[in-house]
Amino acid sequence: MSSELFRLASPQAFFPVAGKVIPWFGALAAALAAAGLYVGFVVAPTDATQGEAYRIIFLHVPAAWMSMFLYCVMAGWAGVGLALNTRLSGMMASAIAPTGAMFTFVALWSGALWGRPTWGAYWVWDARLTSELVLLFLYLGFIALKEAIPDPVRADRAGAILALVGVVNVPIIYFSVQWWNTLHQGASVSLTRAPSMARAMLAGMLLMALAAWMYSIATALARVRRIILERERDAEWVRLTKEGVGAAA
Amino acid sequence: MKPRHQRMIAIGAGVALIAVAAALVLKAFQGNVVFFFSPSQIANKEAPVEKTFRVGGMVEKGSLRRQADGVTVQFVVTDTAQSIPVSYTGILPDLFKEGKGVVAQGRLGPDGVFHASEVLAKHDENYMPPEAAHALSKAEADRAARSVVTSGSGR
Repeated sequence: MSSELFRLASPQAFFPVAGKVIPWFGALAAALAAAGLYVGFVVAPTDATQGEAYRIIFLHVPAAWMSMFLYCVMAGWAGVGLALNTRLSGMMASAIAPTGAMFTFVALWSGALWGRPTWGAYWVWDARLTSELVLLFLYLGFIALKEAIPDPVRADRAGAILALVGVVNVPIIYFSVQWWNTLHQGASVSLTRAPSMARAMLAGMLLMALAAWMYSIATALARVRRIILERERDAEWVRLTKEGVGAAA
Repeated sequence: MKPRHQRMIAIGAGVALIAVAAALVLKAFQGNVVFFFSPSQIANKEAPVEKTFRVGGMVEKGSLRRQADGVTVQFVVTDTAQSIPVSYTGILPDLFKEGKGVVAQGRLGPDGVFHASEVLAKHDENYMPPEAAHALSKAEADRAARSVVTSGSGR
């Protein structure tokens, strides 16, 4: 089992496996998102205080969870690459970053659209909102830094250090609503206590969160395949792969 | 020890050191990170009363007064221990309600009244259908009625 996993650390072995599983994750993402949106907009009841505006939660919370989780995964891959000098790790980190940045942007944007009707302001500089904005800049900085260095090995190393430095921001985002007075409300769902929302609302949110997971896996794998082809373009196996011929042309 | 183990330890130690540095910075800026001060903190003179700041808490039930001009409102913000009167001219957010959370930005006048320039509603993390909320408030009212009855019969 573990030898099989180590075999997959080689870009050449990982490339076809990733290609095979992408459609499955894509299909799962679409099915879960359809189910989640149905539960969220048809089954789930109106909220007593916020009315229909609360339904942004079905997009906002999964996006915010994903933005933090993907950063941890990205930093994890970057750290593995830095410690073990494995080629695929840096590529995985690069492949995850745009999806993470997208979810961070969606969380900020949907939050602004939610804040206006409920709080009365699109944006406030409270600890939760500010630290999430810092997360977006960390993602963009990571992408920009890697793009700025032409040598992939050096780019991976520089990016890994930035990603690992930025990882301290993730607990700050998560616990900001407990550590300080914020306008943002506390967590409705946590591991330590029962969720403080109606069951149908929770079901819709969790379905959307699972859809976001599947979507992230599918897009990250599709992106890593492209990065593999680009970086290994001079390798024999890429030239032999039909898609490799297409990419090189 | 293999070089890769040394690198792992170096990475772990590096992240730990940065975490400690971040914790110290946040500790030092503690006062600037809080979004609002509670009425108790203002009573304890922890708030920068000579500057613009925000006060947060619950709108005390029955405290909301509307002036004749229709846009000036007065209400009391409380954290159950201390409370502070607030005066505001402008449009209140939809979720502004007595008994609900509020954050007001402004200055504390010499008369002890907080003159707000902006009022934001703070909602909590509980989401429930209106029927459930109705049942909850009814249960609370019943409990209150019962306690009145018990204290009344004790007299």
